[in-house]
Parts: sequence; structure tokens; C-alpha cells
Amino acid sequence: MASIEIERLVRFLGRLPGLGPRSAQRVALALMKRPDTLLRPLADALTLCADRVRTCGVCGNLDAVDPCAVCRDPERDRGTICVVQEVDDLWALERSGTYRGLYHVLGGTLSALDGRGPEELRIAGLLARAEAAKAEGVALEVVLALGVTVEGQTTGHYLAERLTPFGCAVSRLAQGVPVGGEMNYLDEGTIEAALRARQRIV
Amino acid sequence: MAAPAPSAAVPIVAVPPPTAVTGLALKDFRNYGRAHIEAGPGLVVLYGPNGSGKTNLLEALSLLAPGRGLRRAALAEIDRDGGAPWRLEAVVDANGERVEVETGRDPDAERRFVRLFGEPARGQGALARTLGVVWLVPSMDRLFQEGAAARRRFLDRLALAVFPDHATTAGAYEKGLRERAVLLRTGRRDPAWLGALERRMAENAVAVAAARRELVNGLNRLLLDGFGALPRVVLTLEGEVEAMLDAMSALDAEGAIRDRWRWLRDADAVTGGSGLGVHRSDLVVADAVSGELAARCSTGRQKAMLLAVTLAEARLRQARLGDLPILLLDEVAAHLDGERRERLCATLVDLGAQAWLTGTDPELFAALHGRARFLAVEEGRLHEHD
Ligand SMILES: [Zn+2]
Repeated sequence: MASIEIERLVRFLGRLPGLGPRSAQRVALALMKRPDTLLRPLADALTLCADRVRTCGVCGNLDAVDPCAVCRDPERDRGTICVVQEVDDLWALERSGTYRGLYHVLGGTLSALDGRGPEELRIAGLLARAEAAKAEGVALEVVLALGVTVEGQTTGHYLAERLTPFGCAVSRLAQGVPVGGEMNYLDEGTIEAALRARQRIV
Repeated sequence: MAAPAPSAAVPIVAVPPPTAVTGLALKDFRNYGRAHIEAGPGLVVLYGPNGSGKTNLLEALSLLAPGRGLRRAALAEIDRDGGAPWRLEAVVDANGERVEVETGRDPDAERRFVRLFGEPARGQGALARTLGVVWLVPSMDRLFQEGAAARRRFLDRLALAVFPDHATTAGAYEKGLRERAVLLRTGRRDPAWLGALERRMAENAVAVAAARRELVNGLNRLLLDGFGALPRVVLTLEGEVEAMLDAMSALDAEGAIRDRWRWLRDADAVTGGSGLGVHRSDLVVADAVSGELAARCSTGRQKAMLLAVTLAEARLRQARLGDLPILLLDEVAAHLDGERRERLCATLVDLGAQAWLTGTDPELFAALHGRARFLAVEEGRLHEHD
């Protein structure tokens, strides 16, 4: 019978994506066996993230500073915003090293069946950015890099429609992304090709 | 005058053997605890008393295609009583290549997993491209008496074997219809959201309708020639979206459908469905010579008509994708008289596809002796017979 402390750890670990109760126990045990090289450093890393990492108020990225490092970077092309579902999609695009514009992380896709509507996503923020760009006279291009899932397509159509009044160009990544494929599963070459061959929709 | 040189330049094209399931292992599947069959490319006759598990074997084979198989069973229903989640492992010779397919019930999710060479299959299209499976089962005897939904399913399954992405598109459409119903019912009438959804659904609807039209046209061309003693059949697609494609481009049809859906929102909110869409189409089957509708023909004649459609389907897949599908013919011989049975057997041999036939009595397939593999099925066990 494990102690209350360990039970608690296992319970939390079991809530992590990809970990069931069995694998949570295995992870807990592995941590406990290496208190100095794994358990303590992990605890410190968790504390540090909990204390410092926040969601960027502009784009929805995760960083220790708000606005995030991407939004602050003066080298970035401010005329392009790439819209992604989750932060790991942003990471995938950054890994590819070919994209030099800004981002907007929606936090998911529209899904009536899951009760996720425009208010549940970071859509108002994106429209505000488009409006600001229009007011400042910046020619903005919005690149939709949403998964080729059913929900991703609906969300793309929705954003294209809502962005039209701000006069920005809207494009989406070229087809060739496998059906049901989410951005972060793609390799760098595929992402680069999809970015280069993006198609204008509005 | 010099003799013509031997035509050494003519390449000898190796025609790959037809697609065939060469090995199938069943685990905790219906009445099979563990069973394993090996088969060649030709015809396989499964015989045994009713309830012995012949149709269960065909069901296992039908699950090598996307979808819910020939019984349309719930996943857990397939588990053997007291057994683990069911599981199938098949070796398929497809276009001269050996493909390993695994499928079964995923106990953690209410879905089935599909693996090709041990890797999760990406979407339903990957499986449908690897092999086509078409079937004719006794429950389809009611196809022409039932509502249009059963015929649409039949049609879409035929389409799937010819257009591997059809299941994905049709699934996306159905999901869109459910999403739209939720938005309309809960009063979340965000016009931009509904508009975006209807736009995507219109794209799916046109893709589904276009695939169905092309399928029916292709089948009709093949059915014109007839198949042996089987009746000549003509198929007609009845559907508003399908008809739109006769009159306008796909893009215009998408626009027209979106306009109509916008107007139908209030009415559709009440019904929970929609007054327009590919979920309302129907397939009409008739005798090409007499014009008599299948619905008015005898059961035996209907069966023969469906057999003709099934064989045309096999040829269509071959013409479009280069490989023949696997045919599953459950209890098809019992309805036919001796001569018709023999001619059917000859037609199947001619077709060259791997076909799995069932019957209670091996004598029904006497014409196939020496040309098919005969397997006796007995309470979840299989015996070779020659
Ligand atoms: Zn940011």
C-alpha cells in the first residue's frame, strides 16, 4: 500500500495526457528512485513554471513574459499573423524555422457537439488585432494553419468570414496535410512546403 | 524479305494476382475463441449448419473495410461471451504486395483501432485504398422494401470501394448535420458560425453527391453488358443535390445549397434534420429491359439484381483503382435454381476476384469442385475438405 503522499502524486500523474493509472504508478516510482537527479529538479521546474509562465495577452502563447518573446521580437514581420489551434502547433512552426511572422493561438476549434463556440476560443482577440492593424494602416495577412479536421475547416471558414470586414488577406496552408492531421504531427519539411504554397481564400 | 525480328521489345507485364485475404486470425470474435484461416486468391466456400459461424467469418472479413461491417453491429456486441475485446489480424495480398492489417475493439475508447503494418492507419481512406470489400447478405433482401436510409448506406458502401475517401467525406457531412442541429436547437444562432458550418457541409454534400453520381454512371456502363445469367439492371439516383450537379457546376451547387440552408434554418430547427441534403437521396434499381422496379420483383429476382450490381462494383473498382475487391456472398446460392447457380459459379470464376461464399450444403457449389477451396464450419471451428 503506497503512502498518502505517493497516492496523491500518482493521482495527479494519472490525469496527464497519455498516462493511465498503471503508467502513472511507473512514473511515480521512477521519480522516487532518483530523488536528486529527477524528482527534486522536476519539482523545481514545475514550481518555476507555475510561478512564471503565463498566457500571452496578445497571442495566447505561453511564456515567462507577457507579451511573449515572439510578440516582442522586433525582427518579426508584423504584417503576418499565423492562426493555430494550440501552443504546440506554434512550437512546430517555430521548429520549422521558416516562418517569421506573428501568431495567434485559438485554444481549440469550433465544435457545436463539444459546446465550444467563438466565445470559448481566443477569437475576439484576433479580431481586435485585425481591427488595430486596419486602424494603423498595416496591410495584414492572416494565415490559417488549422488541422484538416472537420472542426478545423469550419473554424477556418468562420474566421475568413469574420476577418473580411477588416480588409486583411486570409490564406490557408496548402492542402497535402493528411486528413485528421494536426499541425504538430507534421515534420518540418511538410510545414515549410505547406507555408510556401499557402492559398489565398479572402 | 527478312523475317520480322522476334518482338523482344514487348515487355512482359506481370499482372499481380487479385487482391486476396491470404490469412485471417480471429480472437474472441463472436463464436470464435481463436481461429485461423489461410486462403488462396480464388473462391472459398464456407459450409455448415445455420449458426455454426459462417456469417461471423464473413463479418470478420467485412471489418477489413472501414465502417461497422456487414451486420452494422455495435463494437462490444462482437466480443465473444466471456472473452477479451475482439481482435482480427489479416494478411492481405494487395496489388502483389503483402499488407498486414490489424483491427479490433479498443477497450479504452468506444471505437475500433485499425493498424496497417503495426502503425495506426491514418483515416478511413488508407484502409479503403488497401483493399475493397463488397458484400451481399440475406438482410439485404429487404433493401427495396425498407426506407431510403438502407439504400443510401448500400450506395455509400459501394462508393467507398471506388472512392476511398468517400467514407471520410460522408462522415464529415453527417457530423456537420448533427452540429447544425445542435446550433439550431440550442438557439446559438451565431450567423457566422452557422454560415461557416453550412459552407463546409455544402462542400461535403457536393463531394458526396458527385461521388455517388460518378459511381452510378460507372456501374450503369458496366451493367449494360450484363453478367452471365444475371438480369440487366439500371440504377437511378434520386436526390436534389445530385440533380443540381446535372444543371450547374460544383461551385454553383455549393452556393445554391448554402442559400437554401440559410432559408431553411427555422424549419430545420423544428425537425432536427434538414429539408435539403444528401441525407435525403435514394437509389432506384430497375430491370433495364422491362423497366420493372426492383421493389416490385420477387425476392429471388431482387437478389439476382443485387448480385449484378455487386459484380459491376468489382469491375468498377478494378477499372478505377486497378484491383479487384473481395466479395462476400452470404447464402446467395440457395435462391437460385441449379442452372442459374452453375452460371453464377462460372461468372465468379471468370471475374477472378477472391470471393467467399456460404451455404448450408456444399452440394450447392458442386460446380466449383476443384475450382474453389471448401471449408467446413462447425461451432467456431474450421475443417478443410476436398
Ligand atoms: Zn504573444
